[in-house]
Amino acid sequence: MENGQPRSFKIRKIKEKVFLAATMLATLAAIVPLFSLLTYVVIKGISSINLDFFLHCPVPVGESGGGMANAMVGTFIIVSIGCLFSIPIGVLGGLWLAEWGKGKRGFYIRYAVDVMAGFPTIVFGIFAYMLFVLTMKRFSAIAGGFALALVMLPYITKTTEEMVRMVPRSLKESALALGLPEWKVMIFVVLRSAWSGIFTGIMLAVARAAGETAPLLFTAFNNMYWNFRLDQPMASMTVQIYNYAISPFEEWNNLAWAGSLTLVSIILFITLFVRKFSRRVTYG
Amino acid sequence: MDEKIIEAIDLNAWFGEKQALQNINMYMQKNMVTAIIGPSGCGKSTFIRCINRMHETIPGAKASGTLLFKTQNIYSRKIDPVILRRQIGMVFQKPTPFPTMSIFDNVAAGLRLNGENNKQRLCDAVEKSLQEAALWNEVKDMLQKPGVSLSGGQQQRLCVARALAVKPEILLLDEPCSALDPISTGKIEELLHELKKHLTIVIVTHNMQQAARVADFTSFFLLGELVEFGKTKKIFTAPTDTRTEQYITGRFG
Amino acid sequence: MNNVAIKYTNRGDRWFQAVAFLLAASIPVIFLTIFAMLLWQARESIFQFGFGFIFSSAWDPVKNQYGALPFIYGTLISSLIALVLAVPLGIGTAIFISELAPAWCKEWIATTVDLLAAIPSVVYGLWGVFVLGPIFGLSMLCAGVILAIMILPTICAVSREVMQAVPNSLRESARAMGATQWEMIKTAVLPTAASGIIGSIVLGLGRAIGETMAVTMVIGNRPSISLSIFDPGYSLSAVLANEFAEASSNLNFSVMVEIALILLVFAVIVNGLARLFIWKMVSQDHSR
Repeated sequence: MENGQPRSFKIRKIKEKVFLAATMLATLAAIVPLFSLLTYVVIKGISSINLDFFLHCPVPVGESGGGMANAMVGTFIIVSIGCLFSIPIGVLGGLWLAEWGKGKRGFYIRYAVDVMAGFPTIVFGIFAYMLFVLTMKRFSAIAGGFALALVMLPYITKTTEEMVRMVPRSLKESALALGLPEWKVMIFVVLRSAWSGIFTGIMLAVARAAGETAPLLFTAFNNMYWNFRLDQPMASMTVQIYNYAISPFEEWNNLAWAGSLTLVSIILFITLFVRKFSRRVTYG
Repeated sequence: MDEKIIEAIDLNAWFGEKQALQNINMYMQKNMVTAIIGPSGCGKSTFIRCINRMHETIPGAKASGTLLFKTQNIYSRKIDPVILRRQIGMVFQKPTPFPTMSIFDNVAAGLRLNGENNKQRLCDAVEKSLQEAALWNEVKDMLQKPGVSLSGGQQQRLCVARALAVKPEILLLDEPCSALDPISTGKIEELLHELKKHLTIVIVTHNMQQAARVADFTSFFLLGELVEFGKTKKIFTAPTDTRTEQYITGRFG
Repeated sequence: MNNVAIKYTNRGDRWFQAVAFLLAASIPVIFLTIFAMLLWQARESIFQFGFGFIFSSAWDPVKNQYGALPFIYGTLISSLIALVLAVPLGIGTAIFISELAPAWCKEWIATTVDLLAAIPSVVYGLWGVFVLGPIFGLSMLCAGVILAIMILPTICAVSREVMQAVPNSLRESARAMGATQWEMIKTAVLPTAASGIIGSIVLGLGRAIGETMAVTMVIGNRPSISLSIFDPGYSLSAVLANEFAEASSNLNFSVMVEIALILLVFAVIVNGLARLFIWKMVSQDHSR
């Protein structure tokens, strides 16, 4: 549009309006799929939700009264196993990085954490398969839990390090000056002060893990019946939704929508809840 | 009552390679208030942090020399700084109540984390400490409220109460009033007057008038050296060293 | 009586720090172990097919013929389509939120876009199959569209952050010269934030490469290379999801692991690149 003459102000103004409209359109285009997806999930899911859904296991096609109860319990158990592994390593590891991790060792550990955050999660499933499924010669909830732990670990570690760094030095010094040994100061003052931020990080990691499918495909596999044993395959919401979704049976497809509605509700609830909660973090 | 409760002999301190204190020799008398004055960067904070061995908690910091606390050298390997710090308390420049704890829990923190669990003893100790810190009447009906909900001056007195709860013999104060308004400052100064009856007090201050108001003894630091030390009255009216005189009369600092 | 006082630790402190360190150090150990185990289990396939594995499109398990090219192709094409769609939309949205949106709806829109990131992959896949499938068919294009929606929040969030970090003084200087708002954004905000924005794009690419469930549900799962994006295809992650557990022979298993290794190396390189751009942005910021 440059023709060697000064552009008239009008053209610039038009350009600005066009641009403004373009970004608004982009925003709309970004939000529309979300609303479409949520609408579908709610409408198609609600019609298949009934009490059976929450109380029963899957039943063969043709029979009625099937549900995802075992999958819901299964997700809860598998994610809990994941927490068992990832929370101690993540929180104490993050604390170490924040307090003592300034040298070379800290650099390499931090680097590993960052890179692991970008791993395709199916790779964690494959790793857990090699460690647990091949050795135990069966699919198991523990294998699934371990895979999810690896998904959660980088986030919990990073959040903890960030939150601990935000604890002011003067707080630590006041506690030390009271005559407390350093390890007590770390646990009862530093971690305690940073706790609400750390907890937020953990909950967001949990929400993420609950929505993962790939790591569970060949670790916890799936189970059409009730199972509480950790060394056996266990159902999970995500894998069950996947199986229902790709099946050729309409009833099962409907159950996939119902499962999606339940899962998305839980995850959105956790995500929004911790966002509100984390806004109240202050240091006074 | 002329007992020397703390004595520094050839005390040196470094931050990494940089020397912050050079050959400090001075003492503090029991049940007296000793003020440490001097311009920024002269080493006064560093010095009192050496007294309760907080200086070395900074990475790369170290100190050498002898520091006698009631005739015992606290720099010997046999001394556990953690135990020492229960006998020498400290209040910092910025009020730092523990953010997740109530007023009660803040004051009780030192005792609780050292193993005291008896509810009655904790309640008594908290009340006594808050009274000594002249805060009891203002907070006695809201002990469960968060420590951070108090005003700046109240928070600082809360920190004093917290330090007093573990029953130290010495209280170190590092510019405790510099973040406070004049009224809160006045309350803290009154406090010191009462406290010295059963404690020894060392206060770092950049405010000379404050030193003149509260301290029995004053020492003047400059560039890591102890320039002059003596009774407050003498330092302010007839100082021996010209540098002291110049600082007092405002020629620098 | 010259004693030197350096930092004193008692046994409790040393134990605690040691335990914390061991836990922290377990992370790089796990990281290296993953690579090592993948390499080890893939050795048969690597020895058998060597470098040509990456360029071969033969896929016949019965005849022990394997080649990773269709999957690499599918991963790349679907990711590229995703970028073409998500970059303008993501950056446009980021500009809108950061520069143009009125204060009352900034938070709202940002939260909504972030929510997109919280939705599980399998739910995207389900929606994709029944809503996008009829429009685009089960094809690489369909996979690209779904991936675009999934990586858009990443591009938007990171771009938003770096744009908001641009100091207001720069914006004001541009305005003071009589620039319109678009001109101000074009000259003051975007160039300053460029490094971070590129980082966000590369990060989005990294996410797209690793995405599994939504892709496998809509890409058609056919191990062939086609020039038309309307045709079905396959991706590295999708073939793993479908065929890893069904490996029929040791060689088959080894091939699967090699595919996983290729996927992992891809993702690590792309993510590493992304962090380089974002790190450059951060250090630019500090030198201001």
